[in-house]
Amino acid sequence: MAGASSALQSRRPIGQATRDAFGRALEALGAEYPDVVVVDADVSNSTRTEWFGKKFPDRFFNIGIAESNLVGIAGGLASCGKTPVIASFAAFIMCNAYDQLRMAVAYPGLNVKVVGSHAGISIGEDGASQMGIEDVSLACSLPGFVVLVTADEASTRAATRALLDHKGPVYLRTGRPDVPKVYPDDAPAPFVIGKANQLRDGSDLTIVANGLMVASALDAAEELSSSGIQARVLDMHTVKPIDREALLAAAKETGALVVAEEHLAHGGLGSAVAMTLAEQHPVPIRFVNLGDTFGESGTPEGLLEKYGLTAAKVAEAARSAVAAKSA
Amino acid sequence: MSETIDALKQRAKAIRVDILRSTTEAGSGHPSSSMSAAEVVTALYFGGFMNYDVKNPRWPDRDRFILSKGHAAPVLYAAMAEAGYFPKEELLTLRKLGSPLEGHPNMVRLGGVEASTGSLGQGLSIGVGHALAARVDGKGYHTYVLTGDGELGEGQIWEAAASAAKYGLDNLTCIVDRNHFQQTGAAEEVLNMDPIDGKFTAFGWHTQVINGNDMGEVMAALGRARQVKGRPTCIVALTHKGQGMLKLLETLGDTNYHGKPIKPADLDAAIAEVEAGGS
Ligand SMILES: Cc1ncc(C[n+]2csc(CCOP(=O)(O)OP(=O)(O)O)c2C)c(N)n1
Ligand SMILES: [Mg+2]
Repeated sequence: MAGASSALQSRRPIGQATRDAFGRALEALGAEYPDVVVVDADVSNSTRTEWFGKKFPDRFFNIGIAESNLVGIAGGLASCGKTPVIASFAAFIMCNAYDQLRMAVAYPGLNVKVVGSHAGISIGEDGASQMGIEDVSLACSLPGFVVLVTADEASTRAATRALLDHKGPVYLRTGRPDVPKVYPDDAPAPFVIGKANQLRDGSDLTIVANGLMVASALDAAEELSSSGIQARVLDMHTVKPIDREALLAAAKETGALVVAEEHLAHGGLGSAVAMTLAEQHPVPIRFVNLGDTFGESGTPEGLLEKYGLTAAKVAEAARSAVAAKSA
Repeated sequence: MSETIDALKQRAKAIRVDILRSTTEAGSGHPSSSMSAAEVVTALYFGGFMNYDVKNPRWPDRDRFILSKGHAAPVLYAAMAEAGYFPKEELLTLRKLGSPLEGHPNMVRLGGVEASTGSLGQGLSIGVGHALAARVDGKGYHTYVLTGDGELGEGQIWEAAASAAKYGLDNLTCIVDRNHFQQTGAAEEVLNMDPIDGKFTAFGWHTQVINGNDMGEVMAALGRARQVKGRPTCIVALTHKGQGMLKLLETLGDTNYHGKPIKPADLDAAIAEVEAGGS
């Protein structure tokens, strides 16, 4: 299926959805982190915080369909020394409660962990209203927030611990469908906030990706390799603070970049990478993302194809970026 | 073009069958959330309360129906197909790539859909906007908004309720589909909003509490709402989530059955139960 495969149809084995990995990790870490309090807005069976809720019913609250109230409550809990973890669909928790995120969490810099599930178009049939495609941009626009977009189950597990250990507000984006495994099962995935993971080395260009586009980036790198282009691949799981060092090294050592993400063009990983390099070491960059449009209903695979989130599109962008080096 | 109660009941059955067929074919969706509202939506479209022109969906004088609980799109689409907005076969394209029948209503792609919904809590405010526009334009159309009961947890609903009362919008009716469930459980347990009528009354609305799965009661309540002057009306429609296939849901051990289609193997049983159903 080389070439035409969507970001969900990787050559890699399929693992858990990142929302599932987050839910299991949170449940597993509950005993070790007694300050964690989880608050839900009637979607815990979607975000998977219900697993924590069943195990720790005294530290779990379902406040009904009320996202702005959810975020405000989290601000209050954090002011009292708790570590609130709040989760809803990325679209609802970021868009419906943005002023509360701004005033009750970001401005006072409180230790709230915000998790947005069902991000991107890969949720499929439910359509545009349920698809968080602007969440990373919004989260990055909250001063002081750390913004995480994980690629697979192992890295999401590691990220869940890292976000609890971090003092301060964090946004973690998770997805609905089962996704290809990027990290092996036998060892914990490396995860340091703000530090990209290099998954493959190459000298001709660097593909920077996060979320389910990491697997596509790896598939694209394999395809490119067979036609003589050697791509470095970075899993840029932290969009903010961005790993400047890794980006600068990539620009200097490989001379061209592709940035791939399941997000709108504006304000996501592409913007962060471009801003960093424009200032310090401009090189040709190509972007693979959703552009400036809403999604729609369809199968996850069909939508990823239609909106160009495939290994083939990443490879095409890579060829264009490499060609621009010599231009 | 009001129909007899018996004819309306037949319509509601046909709509329920279409809800079941379209969501099972789609392999996803919210049949139970759609079926609780079948009487209300049938009465609005075929009971003589709404004037509309399927050939000219944006006719400025049309009466409006806003599905605030957008995940119940299949009941809206089934009623629209019955009314002739598009051929019934198109119902089987629900949720498929390229179909205007998206998982949640999209007013740009499907004429006759009044608001793009799916993020709960927003439809009543949009309805207030339509009702205010009617006043500005001196038009006589009426705006109906259907919300869920879980949806009442959204604060925006109550902001809208206050503004509708402030402007005395007697051209606005909000129907609450009180089906006693929301996504994660019983609505009364997740967030008890009782008394729902008492809250709307306190905000200055005219309120009624009815059996929302009884066609006669729904027709009477909508009729009374049109007579009220100087205040908006809220009809709390007491319903059952999945009305029409409650026995099947009981055997399946899930009387909420939120957000999932009936499996192909159970479809015939579900349709048979709808067709045998009294109301
Ligand atoms: C703002 C927002 N939050 C959460 C959701 C997810 N969601 C979809 S349906 C639903 C439950 C709705 O319950 P209710 O309003 O009672 O409608 P019912 O399905 O029972 O008819 C939830 C939480 C949503 N669509 N919008
Ligand atoms: Mg309900």
